[in-house]
Formats: sequence, C-alpha cells, structure tokens
Amino acid sequence: MPSQEQSRPQRRDEEPDEAPAPATAPEAAARKDALDDDIDSVLDEIDDVLESNAEEFVRGFVQKGGQ
Amino acid sequence: MTVRRVMGIETEYGISVPGDPTANPMLLSGHVVNAYASRGGARAAKASWDYEDEAPLRDARGFEMARQYADSSQLTDEEDPTLANVVLTNGARLYVDHAHPEYSSPEVTSPRAAVTWDRAGEQIMLEAVRRLSVAPGVPGVNLYKNNTDGKGASYGTHENYLMRRETPFGDIVRHLIPFFVARQVMCGAGRVGIGQDSTSSGFQIAQRSDFFEVEVGLETTLKRPIINTRDEPHAVADLYRRLHVIIGDANQCDVANLLKLGTTSLVLGMIEDRAISEDLAVSKPVATLHAVSHDPTLQTLIELRDGRSMTAVQLLWVYLEHADRYLQSRYAGELDADTAEVMQRWTDVLTRLERDPMECAREIDWVAKLALLQGYRDRDGLEWSDHRLRAIDIQWSDVRPEKGLYHRMLSLGRVEQLVSDEDVKSAVVMPPEDTRAYFRGRCLEKYAGEIAAASWDSVIFDVPGHASLQRVPMLEPLRGTRATVGALLDRSPDATTLLRELAAATG
Repeated sequence: MPSQEQSRPQRRDEEPDEAPAPATAPEAAARKDALDDDIDSVLDEIDDVLESNAEEFVRGFVQKGGQ
Repeated sequence: MTVRRVMGIETEYGISVPGDPTANPMLLSGHVVNAYASRGGARAAKASWDYEDEAPLRDARGFEMARQYADSSQLTDEEDPTLANVVLTNGARLYVDHAHPEYSSPEVTSPRAAVTWDRAGEQIMLEAVRRLSVAPGVPGVNLYKNNTDGKGASYGTHENYLMRRETPFGDIVRHLIPFFVARQVMCGAGRVGIGQDSTSSGFQIAQRSDFFEVEVGLETTLKRPIINTRDEPHAVADLYRRLHVIIGDANQCDVANLLKLGTTSLVLGMIEDRAISEDLAVSKPVATLHAVSHDPTLQTLIELRDGRSMTAVQLLWVYLEHADRYLQSRYAGELDADTAEVMQRWTDVLTRLERDPMECAREIDWVAKLALLQGYRDRDGLEWSDHRLRAIDIQWSDVRPEKGLYHRMLSLGRVEQLVSDEDVKSAVVMPPEDTRAYFRGRCLEKYAGEIAAASWDSVIFDVPGHASLQRVPMLEPLRGTRATVGALLDRSPDATTLLRELAAATG
C-alpha cells in the first residue's frame, strides 16, 4: 500500500543529453518567488492583448459538439 | 516495454468568426482545410481520403453496431463531397470532423515525436488562419486548441496507441480506468467553469472531464466513455488493435503533452506484459474523475474498491513505481533516451505536484493557466464568474502567437518548450521517417498528381496505362519507413516507376 513514507524511484543518473535536469527544490522555491515578484509585469503584458470586450467575446464563442 | 510504440494525436480545433456566433462551423471548417490545402506549393494536399478500411462502429468487445441504430455523428466513414479532407506531405490528415477542423498527426514511434507532429498541426492551423484573414469573400476565422466552449459543447483530442491484439480488452479496461481518473492532474489543460455548461463558477483541472459520463463504450460524441471501444485498427486486425483514447485534453505545454503520451504508453506496455500485479480499481470512476478535476489543490481522495484511498498524485506514484520496477527488472537501468526522459519528467512532476502544484506552472497547462488567472484575481479582485476570466480561458488557446495567451506566456519565458521551433517547422512538411507515414508523405510530396486517394493504410494511384486504380496497402505501420523505401522513392521519378519497382521487390 503506497504512502508518503514509501521509498520512491530516485532520479536516474543517466539522464538523456537533450533533457535538462529538473530544478532542485531550492531552485524551484527561488524561481517561485521570482514568479510572484514579476507576475505584475506579466499581467501588464497580457493586458495589451486581451480581447477588449470580454463579455461579448465569451458570448460569441459558441461551438458545436464534436467527438 | 518502453515508451516507444506506434502512436499519434488527433485534435479538433475550436472555430469562430469574431462578432458572428451564428456562422456555419462546418462551412468554416471546410474553408480552413481548403485554405491550407490550396496554399502555394501544396500540390500534395489534394489527395482525398480512402474510406475502404474505416469501420467506426466496430466494437473492441467483439460486436458491431447496426448502422440504423447509430447516431449520425458516429457515421464517420460516409463520403460527403462537401466535406474537405486531405492528406498532407507530413503524413497527416487534415479534414472536417463534425463541425471542427481536425488535424490527425502521422504515426510516430515516440512521445517526443508525437509532441513534434502535434505542434506541426498547430502551425498548419495557424497558416490556415493567416490565409483566411486575407482571402476575399471569406470571413476571418480564429482557431482554438481547446476542448470546450464552456456552454455545453465539447470536441475531442484523441490519442491513438497501437497495441498487441492478443492483450485481453478487459485487462486494458481494468488497469487504464484508474490511471485515466488520475492522469488529468499531469496533463489537464485547465478550465474556468464547473459542469458541462459551466453551471457553477470556479476553476477545474481538465477541459474534458465533465463530459465523461460512462466507464466503457463505443460512443465519442455522446455518453462519452472513459474507455472508448472503437475497434478500427487501420492495420492487420489479427495482430493489432488501435486503442482510441478520447479522454485527454489538447495540450500546448510540451512537457504535459510528452507525459500524456509517454506515461500512457508505459502503462499500456505493462498491461501487455501483465506487469501490474495489483488491482487499482476505483469505486466510482466517473464521479471521481469529475471530483479530481474540480480540485486544483489535488487533495481529493480517490477511493479504491479494495478499501484504500489516495490522492490522484499518490495513485500515479503507484503506477510510476510499477513502471520503474518493471523497467529495472527488464533493462537494469539501461533505458533508451525516450523512456529515460519520460521517467525522469514523470518523477519530477509528481514530486512537485505533491509539494505544491503551482511549482509546475512551467510544465503543465492547467497550472500555467491557473497561475495567470490567479494573478488577475489577485490584482483586480475578480470572482470566478467574471467574464474576463472566462475570456482568458478561451483566449489562452488561440493559435495566433500574438493573441494566444499560452503563446504570450511562452514568449515571456514562463513555460518550458521541449521541442524546438525548427523541428516543428520541419515536421509541418516532412513525415516521420520510421513509420508508414514516411511512404504516405513522400508519395504525396513526389507523386501528388498521380494519387487518387490515401488513408492510414493505403495509397491509391491513378497512373497512365492502367484502366484501374492501383492500391498499395500499408497494413503494417512499421513498414514503408525511410530505411526500407527511402532509396526507392528517391530514384523513382514517377508513380509508374515506383509501382513497377514495388511489384518487382514484393513479387
């Protein structure tokens, strides 16, 4: 029965050359802080391309069902 | 068992004309296909589809539905000249499926190649949008790589996996349903709105999950089943089945797309080799599928029939551990690069999803989308019912890089890409080299004027001097590769020469 304590597969030593190594935990935490810091600049960029009339845009996006 | 097998992805794109929600989507989808097919230099694209081997009503459980009982949307093999339907030089099929333009990728043999040729499909749809935007007499059309309009309609992204026919279908059902209930946390595309028609406001993990209503079935457009039983192998039926997976979302994040194909292929490999020793059956799979999708904190517990309960991430760890043990026992750590990449990414993503799902904002569509939506909620104090959040959800998947919000996030360096734009550009015109798609694509490239029709398992030639059409069957997906027919294609200036040499080689 799996549980939090169960040993888990360790990251392999022989990683393929083309795959970048995933960030370690401290790196990921630092990156997350950086993301929080500059989310406002991202929103500013996204603001520029957002559909101007959101309500009309949403209402106009009507699809027929498919598979 | 590795991640490698014959596979492919089909994607129906959302389609709309800005300011005209009543525009006829079937006609528009036809414009999309024809716009791409008629582009300069696309002489290959006019070949039509050969329907001889299509059998959409054949059921993997061993019976066939009578046509008179089928919903008209299930009759996908009846030729309608008003519907555009072409084969491309990269081996893909581009056509109108119901009310959407669909790109069906060529057969590939690795998850990475599946991502590459799926992305090529995005470029093909973008090219069609560009051409229609300047075409006289045709409305400008926008295309969206998503799976619902949030108003009750859904359209599919299907994966296909070639499997050994001898594998009992019951084994596939038993081991795959729990996996599919949980898989969405790695590869859901994210959605604003709860319920098929967004009756409740909120955010959920997957676009498609609310549209699945039964565990197993033949339908794809109504009463959608977690396991689809369509048995249409497009290959030697005694040897192979094509597992038609209809439960996935369209991915734009390469990592999520790679994991969707890679982890599923590994689970299928274990099923084929009978390497999953325990029963992971979920108590109420359909209700649980919905509940997991509705909980972006990933804390929802999945109850197994044997009494255990665990989160989706924990259930995926169980599958990963089985895969890891099996790979260790078979290959002793000497994995091919594709399998090693999937195992490493799988481990990495589960580790971070378990710690804090938001750590996967660079790799997983639903997390990336949620991070942006949450940014707007925090900055502007928006409720989930706000039109702006619903608009962001839709615009996220616009195929145009200047408008699509996924593409904006990509250009801002907020998401990770695995496959280079150069490789994708090449895949727009070039077929994979290691499946029959190579023969199909190269024939379309070289002999388009002499091809009457093509399909997954045939190319039909109309050559001078023959009263009848010449059908080249391709029922073995791994034949017709560059290694076996590349030189022959290179040295055959016309289809007559090609057919003569093929006959000499096989006769």
